[in-house]
Amino acid sequence: MTRIASRFAALKAEGKKAFVAYVMAGDPDYDTSMEIVRGLPEAGVDLIELGIPFTDPMADGPTIQLAGQRALEAGQTLEKTLQMAREFRAGDDETPIVLMGYYNPIFNRGVERFLAEAREAGVDGLIVVDLPPEEDEELCLPAQAAGIDFIRLATPTTDDARLPKVMQNTSGFVYYVSITGITGAAAAQSADVAPEVARIKAHTELPVVVGFGIRTAQAAQEIASVADGAVVGSAIVSLIGEGRRPAEVLAFVRELAAGAHRG
Amino acid sequence: MASDLFNSFMNGPDERGRFGQFGGRFVSETLMPLILELEAEYEKARTDPSFRAEMDHLWKHYVGRPSPLYFAERLSEHLGGAKIYLKRDELNHTGAHKINNVLGQILLARRMGKSRIIAETGAGQHGVATATVCARFGLKCVIYMGAHDVERQSPNVFRMRLLGAEVIPVTSGRGTLKDAMNDALRDWVTNVRDTFYCIGTVAGPHPYPAMVRDFQSIIGKEAKAQMLEAEGRLPDTVIAAIGGGSNAMGLFHPFLDDESVRIIGVEAGGKGVDEKMQHCASLTGGRPGVLHGNRTYLLQDDDGQILEGFSISAGLDYPGIGPEHAWLHETGRAEYVAITDSEALEAFQLCCEKEGIIPALEPSHALAHVMKIAPDLPKDHLICMNMCGRGDKDIFTVARHLDFDIDTGA
Repeated sequence: MTRIASRFAALKAEGKKAFVAYVMAGDPDYDTSMEIVRGLPEAGVDLIELGIPFTDPMADGPTIQLAGQRALEAGQTLEKTLQMAREFRAGDDETPIVLMGYYNPIFNRGVERFLAEAREAGVDGLIVVDLPPEEDEELCLPAQAAGIDFIRLATPTTDDARLPKVMQNTSGFVYYVSITGITGAAAAQSADVAPEVARIKAHTELPVVVGFGIRTAQAAQEIASVADGAVVGSAIVSLIGEGRRPAEVLAFVRELAAGAHRG
Repeated sequence: MASDLFNSFMNGPDERGRFGQFGGRFVSETLMPLILELEAEYEKARTDPSFRAEMDHLWKHYVGRPSPLYFAERLSEHLGGAKIYLKRDELNHTGAHKINNVLGQILLARRMGKSRIIAETGAGQHGVATATVCARFGLKCVIYMGAHDVERQSPNVFRMRLLGAEVIPVTSGRGTLKDAMNDALRDWVTNVRDTFYCIGTVAGPHPYPAMVRDFQSIIGKEAKAQMLEAEGRLPDTVIAAIGGGSNAMGLFHPFLDDESVRIIGVEAGGKGVDEKMQHCASLTGGRPGVLHGNRTYLLQDDDGQILEGFSISAGLDYPGIGPEHAWLHETGRAEYVAITDSEALEAFQLCCEKEGIIPALEPSHALAHVMKIAPDLPKDHLICMNMCGRGDKDIFTVARHLDFDIDTGA
């Protein structure tokens, strides 16, 4: 069983919802970022999304874009992001790591080479925003052949006719984007999200986590209560952007995790 | 003319929106259903005679098409070789080829019932064209423009405002054309239900590269007929400047299967195509990558991060190029060269002096290459160059480079 499948199975056995945290790799610099990532499991994070910095993150809001710029200015590269995963994995063999970003840095490195390195570094899954099912041959199918999950985004514009296509080659879990918009934008209401999660679950056995627009422990709790878990990114990343120390960032993460786990 | 479908260069893209390995639909899931809807609606419109008729009417009475094919006699004489014809798309309403495409897309948006139009713009020509057609049809119009471009192209910002558009200066990233495109895509993701994204060049996810090309192909279709009328044969060389590549694709496409026609695209070489990367010559100085919904040649660093383009011409200042150009480059059907800022400036001045035409800096790049090749070509060699825009917008930039103080007149 993969780390992602084991983690969701364990949470289910405990009757707990998943808390997924996103941070940008290398933000604000490699060492600080590493310290934060290492602290995430202890703060209650069940699954880590590690952002791959990119100059042109067109599905992200200003918070994530600025984080990417900080990381790039501090010298972060895809190679160093893989190194972060490797270092994390050396001390934690259970918490799943999902790399999240855009296709170009991966394409530039070479899909085959990247997948081999990611697998070796202990990466469990990929979320690549600009690869819809229409482009599955690019990375999704090769990743799954290499034993790495390819986690798909489903959105409010993904209608019932299209859902089977979106679910077809999805593995690990499904990430439901709760709003039509960019990361860090307006929050979704759990009342609106619940029927959407049910709609997706009619098409898949995979766990469905919900993200975009969740900024507080309260919101994490409400959203988690109607799904298999909640994702928080921008709210955490903005604290890092304010220059807060890792301990402060992790304290906030702990609150969010507690919220999601109550859900 | 190749009639064999399999040997034609004119049948692209395939059903996945690919020209060879280039093109495609690299967008987020939120946009994907829209892209598919757009593709279906465009397909319907394309084959609907009433859509065609409406376009033709507006092209004739609103834009002023067909644009003349003009024999540049003094320029040809001066260079002493090939016979140079200029396709006068700078005479279009709004002063550039951009409106050919905008008109098509706005008519399509109306068919689709979209009430709000968004667009990105670099130099402001596409923004002005979009604002113009939106005013004509009473549609809400929002233009994203890099903060740096807002400053250096303020007359166009004012034009867009006069036309009723909202101009949003983009400060994200580095505040350039590619960032304006990012912000336009963000707007679209957020306002998917009522908004139509009017892309200004032959780039972006399928079907945009093919759709924009189709709308711009009027340039090449006219040029072909006009050249046959003037000279009784096809041109020997067609040549155009390339940023994203819409005016060039529009001129080139109807000639792709005419084997005797040499096709040359001219990229912006900025300060020179070398390791300093102070240029925007994606084909001559970049390599394949994925950005803004398509795979194409991009200016990028070793890590796959996108670099900023650099050119005297804001309209060429884009780190990518349309995927069909990338394919024509790889198949060798078209050749691509780079012209530096100073070569373009020289051509700009020569065109003013010899022909009484103030060209935009973009076609000045194409003209600079014409200046290079024409003298060595025989006198019966026919060149057709796309004069895709007029230079009124550029006089401030050129004045600065020629040390002329435009405020004091000295």
